[in-house]
Amino acid sequence: MTGHFLPGTDGVLFQRDRAWHPPADTPGYKSSTLRAPRHSLLSFGPTRSEMAGPTFGHERLGALDNDLIRNFSQDGGDAIGQRLVVYGQVLDENARPVPGTLVEFWQANAGGRYRHKKEGYVAALDPNFGGFGRAITDAQGFYHFRTVRPGAYPWPNGGNDWRPSHIHFSIFGHAFAQRLITQMYFEGDPMIWQCPIVGTIPDRAAIEQLIARLDRHNTTPMDALAYRFDIVLRGRRSTMFENRLEGN
Amino acid sequence: MLHPTPTLKETPSQTAGPYVHIGMTPNFCGITGVIDADPGASMLTPDTKGERITITGRVFDGSGAPVGDAVLEIWQADADGAYAAPMGPNSNSRPAFTGWGRQPAGSDGTFVFETIKPGRVAGPDGRPMAPHVSVWIVARGINIGLQTRIYFADEAEANAGDHVLNKIMDPRRRETLVAHRQEGAVPRYVLDIHLQGDRETVFFDI
Ligand SMILES: [Fe+2]
Repeated sequence: MTGHFLPGTDGVLFQRDRAWHPPADTPGYKSSTLRAPRHSLLSFGPTRSEMAGPTFGHERLGALDNDLIRNFSQDGGDAIGQRLVVYGQVLDENARPVPGTLVEFWQANAGGRYRHKKEGYVAALDPNFGGFGRAITDAQGFYHFRTVRPGAYPWPNGGNDWRPSHIHFSIFGHAFAQRLITQMYFEGDPMIWQCPIVGTIPDRAAIEQLIARLDRHNTTPMDALAYRFDIVLRGRRSTMFENRLEGN
Repeated sequence: MLHPTPTLKETPSQTAGPYVHIGMTPNFCGITGVIDADPGASMLTPDTKGERITITGRVFDGSGAPVGDAVLEIWQADADGAYAAPMGPNSNSRPAFTGWGRQPAGSDGTFVFETIKPGRVAGPDGRPMAPHVSVWIVARGINIGLQTRIYFADEAEANAGDHVLNKIMDPRRRETLVAHRQEGAVPRYVLDIHLQGDRETVFFDI
């Protein structure tokens, strides 16, 4: 009961590795130019304000919240497209599961069209596809949802830029400083490597972390392919506590 | 003393993009019938204690144009300076005040949060920090969510001793975090957020 070592439960968060994330100003992605702060960021150790964070145990998720094939259905039919189960584990940097956290996701339909007033792509809307879903991770940090594979789509950036198929993710964690938004890509898609938004991330190994793997073992027979996408949130540094009982 | 390095790398951030509303404020952008209300749209319940206030302002880019497609989240303590306790997955009751809000900016960059004035939270040195609201901003063109705080101009004495404000050496830059009070039936605290430029807001690496 002396010098008990708690692996990453009580300490403050590891400092964010900003070189692993995209920098603010990325000329290849033109929208960043006027939206990138020029001053250096103010660094300070997280206080209680950043180490606490919103939790969603009181939210009652609907049965279809994690079913994008059905949750916007207008006529009772399914959304059109390649049927998928996307699942994964939310972990922290210490490889500990993050249970009970809200994961939100949104995407274009199978043709690459978003249901949004700013959307200008000619691909057709699917009346039965809204493109939004959410889940709360289970005790082991796993989430899953059913959807269709989103199409690639063109966007105004360079003369003729196209986004690879992707799903947007918003994840909370348990500390407000863990808050993260990212995008998931699909294994084997050659368009990943020509995308200016993917290219905002400097390190190829970091990009690989955003690529979901086809999981043949978890396909639903005669129904849906499975892709696995694990998400890592910032972890806490370990702290040494003395005179603590084992297991506390 | 052990200082282990993390075993996994944090998942890298990507921009929320122009269609962020589909995922974060679906009802606001016309995707209705999936969830009853957009998460964080209303922070107050009849049981919420504390002074009702409105926190409002506009978000601008480096050319002075409004950032009409931003989404902002705030996270704050209750009137007593306490953060809402974590809620387990089977919690039956909604807390009187969750402390978390989410709002899309309007096309002119305006954001509006109807909330309460937070109490003071203990800082790392044990002394109370000045009342503040933590802010997180995402939008098309923002590659990683921007973190900042909003303080309150009528808390001048508390602000003068605040752990974070005092790390900002330039008083002009410190002012970029301080909202000014306008009296009314519900007092309004007003602060514009500038992503870039002469009046660039102080953003954090925390
Ligand atoms: Fe997208």
